[in-house]
Amino acid sequence: MARKFAPGMVIDGFELVERMPSGGMASIWKARRDDIEGPVVLKIPFLDPGQDVSVVIGYEVEDMIARRLTGPHVPRFHAFGDLRDVPYIAMEFVEGTSVAKIAAEAPLPFEEVRRIGIATAKALAALHEQGVTHLDLKPENIILAKRGAVLLDFGLARHAELPDLLAEQSDVPMGTAAYISPEQVLGIRRDPASDIFALGCILYQLASGEEPFGWPQTTAGMRRRLFHKAPALRSINAQIPRWLEQIVEKCMEVDRARRYSDAGQLVHDLQNPDQVRIVERKPEPTGLKAFLFRLFGGGEKRAELVLKRSSNVGDGPPVVLTAVDLSAGVDALAEQIRTETGIVLAARKDSRLACVAVLKTEIIGDTPQVDAEGRSNYVNMLVSLKDWAHPLHLPDGRASFHVLEAVSPADAILDFAERNHAGHIVVGARASSAMRRHLGSVSTKVVAEAKCSVSVVRVKAVEDALRSGASGAPPAEDQA
Amino acid sequence: MVWRCSQPGRKANARSRPAHIHAMLIGILSDIHSNREAFDAALEAMQSAGAQRIVLLGDLVGYGPDPAYIVDRARALCEAGAASLLGNHDEAAATGNTSGMSENARDAIRWTIKQLSSDQLEFLATQPLSLREGDVLYTHAGAWKPQGWPYVKEAADAQRVFETQDAKISVCGHTHVPAIFYCARKGAVTSFTPLPNKPAPLFSSCRSVIVAGAVGQPRDGNPAACACLLDTDAMTATMLRVAYDWDKTAEKISAAGLPAWLGMRLKIGR
Repeated sequence: MARKFAPGMVIDGFELVERMPSGGMASIWKARRDDIEGPVVLKIPFLDPGQDVSVVIGYEVEDMIARRLTGPHVPRFHAFGDLRDVPYIAMEFVEGTSVAKIAAEAPLPFEEVRRIGIATAKALAALHEQGVTHLDLKPENIILAKRGAVLLDFGLARHAELPDLLAEQSDVPMGTAAYISPEQVLGIRRDPASDIFALGCILYQLASGEEPFGWPQTTAGMRRRLFHKAPALRSINAQIPRWLEQIVEKCMEVDRARRYSDAGQLVHDLQNPDQVRIVERKPEPTGLKAFLFRLFGGGEKRAELVLKRSSNVGDGPPVVLTAVDLSAGVDALAEQIRTETGIVLAARKDSRLACVAVLKTEIIGDTPQVDAEGRSNYVNMLVSLKDWAHPLHLPDGRASFHVLEAVSPADAILDFAERNHAGHIVVGARASSAMRRHLGSVSTKVVAEAKCSVSVVRVKAVEDALRSGASGAPPAEDQA
Repeated sequence: MVWRCSQPGRKANARSRPAHIHAMLIGILSDIHSNREAFDAALEAMQSAGAQRIVLLGDLVGYGPDPAYIVDRARALCEAGAASLLGNHDEAAATGNTSGMSENARDAIRWTIKQLSSDQLEFLATQPLSLREGDVLYTHAGAWKPQGWPYVKEAADAQRVFETQDAKISVCGHTHVPAIFYCARKGAVTSFTPLPNKPAPLFSSCRSVIVAGAVGQPRDGNPAACACLLDTDAMTATMLRVAYDWDKTAEKISAAGLPAWLGMRLKIGR
């Protein structure tokens, strides 16, 4: 007989406090245990006799994946019940605001949409870095907490290094109708880009107040997103900025080769809306043209396009940050930094480059310095930065340019790298000097504190020593 | 399902294990193929991993240069409590019947027979085709017809095992390529390629077919010896990959006058 749970009941030391709103697969309880600070959530699957085996499988899959997840963007998992006794997953009750609650207020101010987008994309990036794809991202599963976005419910998730039992369990698409990606509709459950599609749908909803594809009730209804784009955001509200429309559309590309392939790149674009390349949207075919498109171009061929494995883009970092000091023009070190940048970028076909230069200011809020022709140093540096990057021949949209004003170049680089989810930093270092050894250089600090890989580029020491020896000049200030 | 409320503070970390599978670490070594260096390295790895029981899954001989050493060591292991099964190469060596074998395999069997004493051949001839221990079933080839030596390469093959056997966990070898198949309900089989040295989970809600890979002649592109560590407590299967001196084995193959390809393939794992 199925076991009844009630407030006050104790399971493995967890005292059930109250039942929370629960879905069809499990009952969710708020609970407490003496040795754990704060409330706990117990997710107890419905394992009644005669219950569909997929509920047990779903529970075992979530158990398997949750055990392997860590970090601030998932709840802390406290304990797992034994399937032979009482199966449950005990996790931290995450204090914060559910995006579902926020979505009820949509349309939201664009700044708010952007903020939620950045937070959620960062959480996705952290999840994907652990080899896990969520596959059921929706507003209810995102909590905005003090520490950032926290993702809930891994019942449909997939771990890249573990068997995917769910793939064989259902003939109907698994996911939530409003947010499911086109490839999931066709049964593909292996691409992190599916989560980016779902996030695109959520941002669309937050910006416009409407779900991009509605709430289809049938598989055929869900398949429509393979053939028909959602209405342009700006057709719903002309006030929506073009960059936001562009970013959301790129999240919702049916062809995964055109979609963001990495959540870090989405973070970067949302952080730098002024650098988003705006492309005019092609009009949707209408009337007879639409019919013919459906018949010859958009039918099964379209499905084939979706089924096609996303092209192998390589394993390199998705976002590369290169910091270069051009105050002395493009010198030997700047050239070598460019060469190294090219090598790092080549490791991944769709990698993005953020070129950064730092304008040192004495105090924050310094008035902009102006050159003889009245152009600000800021603009000059931006122009030099673009000139420097030109030989890399990066197409529009693959590179962005940033001049940071800061007292400490190292801090500015580190902060920029973290905010933009850089996967690799390239930075230059001048030859060593007694003073720099004493004070510490920019590159040293970046290497010590960066949360990603760092390449330090240095012109071969012999040449540098000769040159500075010949000119008698003291070594130049460190690269930034 | 029986529901019981467990005691507070009870450790609930182990994955759920069906009560009728005795909890232990089982080292499974399949397709050793007279490869002394690989066998020694794999056994040592199993010892370090804490294996409490050794199961030799068949094809002790064939292809490789050290059949007598392998048979003697297998016999010693069995006397100490290990289990050993019959493989198609063992059968061919014991009976002299090489029908259905490739030319390289046949040449190697003819050579192997000459290296073994009647005692050693007798040991091979007396190995069983299958072994059932609790809810774990061991065979060398596909369990639906072990004497016919079918391969378990894909989901449809595993499906035949699930249809004809009721074991919670079936373990076989023969393909030289490690794999795990899961079946939660009739007709739905999930295929999985376990990663080297990473425990792959087994599930309470599923029956599993584990294909153990080859100690002495891996063919999945990784030349390292492959042996399977089955943990019936944590409910995981780990394909231990152990590097060994395959150049040495290849040299011995060449010195013995065995086909050169048999040495070459060890270096590339094909």
